[in-house]
Amino acid sequence: MTTEPELAATPSGDVLELRPAGSWIAANGAALEILSDAVAPRLDSAKALKLDMTRVRELDTLGAWLLEKLLRRAATAGGQTRVIGVADHYAGLIEEVRQVNRHNPPPPPSRNPIVAKLDETGRLAQAATQDVATFLQMLGALCQALLGLLRRPGSLRLTSLVYQLYRVGWQAIPIVALITFLIGAIIAQQGIFHFRKFGADSYVVDMVGILVLRELGVLIVAIMVAGRSGSAYTAELGSMKMREEIDALSTMGLDPVEVLILPRIVALVCALPILAFLGAMAALYGGGLVAWFYGGMGPAIFIARLHEAVSVTHFEVGIIKAPFMALVIGIVACSEGLRVKGSAESLGKQTTTSVVKSIFLVIVLDGLFAVFFASIGM
Amino acid sequence: MQDPDVPFAIRVSDLVVGFGKRVVIDHLALDVRRGEILGLVGASGGGKSVLMRTIIGLIPRQAGTIEVMGALIGDSHDRRTQAAAGKWGILFQQGALFSSLTVRQNIQFPLRENLDLSDALMDEIATAKLEMVGLAPEEGDKFPSELSGGMTKRVALARALALDPAIVFLDEPTSGLDPIAAGDFDTLIKTLQKTLGLTVFMVTHDLASLNSVCDRVAALADGKIVAIGPMRDLLQSGHPWVRAYFHGKRSQMLQPKAS
Repeated sequence: MTTEPELAATPSGDVLELRPAGSWIAANGAALEILSDAVAPRLDSAKALKLDMTRVRELDTLGAWLLEKLLRRAATAGGQTRVIGVADHYAGLIEEVRQVNRHNPPPPPSRNPIVAKLDETGRLAQAATQDVATFLQMLGALCQALLGLLRRPGSLRLTSLVYQLYRVGWQAIPIVALITFLIGAIIAQQGIFHFRKFGADSYVVDMVGILVLRELGVLIVAIMVAGRSGSAYTAELGSMKMREEIDALSTMGLDPVEVLILPRIVALVCALPILAFLGAMAALYGGGLVAWFYGGMGPAIFIARLHEAVSVTHFEVGIIKAPFMALVIGIVACSEGLRVKGSAESLGKQTTTSVVKSIFLVIVLDGLFAVFFASIGM
Repeated sequence: MQDPDVPFAIRVSDLVVGFGKRVVIDHLALDVRRGEILGLVGASGGGKSVLMRTIIGLIPRQAGTIEVMGALIGDSHDRRTQAAAGKWGILFQQGALFSSLTVRQNIQFPLRENLDLSDALMDEIATAKLEMVGLAPEEGDKFPSELSGGMTKRVALARALALDPAIVFLDEPTSGLDPIAAGDFDTLIKTLQKTLGLTVFMVTHDLASLNSVCDRVAALADGKIVAIGPMRDLLQSGHPWVRAYFHGKRSQMLQPKAS
């Protein structure tokens, strides 16, 4: 089996004689590299090189290449080279290795770091513009598909729509309710803890009510939906794109936007307000429980105070935002899905981008709505 | 390049593989000689890939022994050891190149994981392998998604050969290639088999490659090897499935050459 490789170098006059022995195979790669590196400098001064391969027991591409490299080095230094004692069954391999690595491509020219930085900035700016364009394009395609639907209501993919509603709506209820319940409870606990110092614990009801109904309820739910359903949309559409399923749809004369994307986004737009409502209720419930057990405020008082503190306007402000957030999440998720290219890495990258971008846009949208509602006095 | 004392590269005996109640491989015996190219044919869904995947340890077996290069292969855990990894290289049907690595990094991957070599030497080895499978060194910087079908197969072969294994398993190496590319690939396999002294285990449906490169052909039907031998013998086999396979309409073109 495998034996320890050796490389004996004996100078005789001007001729350097190399006698490799043992197993010159990949498994001994590290040892072989050390052996040949140790001998290499001596080749530059040798007039001639004689390579005696009689004692080589095993040889493979790696071993043959290391020996070939020594021969080439000697030849470049101007020495004569001669190979003897090659076993018949290795002759083909040695001949093959003699052909390789002859025309190495020059390494790519290194660029000025300032230019590279500028180039990168330019590309990023271009990509950002491209993002806006993609978003608007998807919005346009969606509107077009909706118009087509109005003209031919029969073309609505009802089964698909109901299935997507089930997935992004019904199946999301437990986790959404749990998280918002906890958030409501935490807000109430913090509120009671800090407001107590001013003797204002009863105002915690105002805080929980307004915060949850106006802002946090819908925002938390939208962020969760972006992470849960948006990422699923991107991954699904992305892998369909990778497996040419979307191309197959187009060649059958069907519009992928109408068949795949419209039901998904419509389902999201329907589901998010419902989830936001359920989330808000769960958060109020959580806040109420904490107020009762931690703050000592009974349910009757909590509800009475809540009645005074919040008006239907707060609830409207929250719920009006929900469908718009759903639209943004859906469009980002679907357009990122369609941008997936051939590799698994690209699918992962696009899914991450989808989630990050939709959460960012949801928060930006929330800010814009805050300004809007403030200016119209809601 | 390996121990020449072992006459058989792979010895499979009494192998049984099944999924649930369905038995796919039924007490199968198969010997692959050192340095030969063995072609395995069989009906689609008839267990060819299952047999190959069982030998390389991706599918657990229910009974039987598998011997590779004279060493018994135990459970699938054994196959992940370094010794096993260096013994065989596998060309998967779709190439199975790592899509996040460049072509060069794909070829270097087994070297990097198993050996302790300098980066410069690994680059040279990768380029050498690329050239041996007939690709230009410039292709090394491309990503797998940028390659054509034929190039993907060549790169996958280069990766399979990275550690200079004794055996290469090829799963339908010429499927999806045009006849010219498939012919080139056949020639490449033959050349590499000669220069590197490889044993090749090839699952294929390509009658032309069976005819031109395989030293022996094994036919798998009903979970057993029903016929094995040079192409000439198989053409004269009396087994009904083998007759249907080699004497069907599509194989007419082979007849004049074979007889």
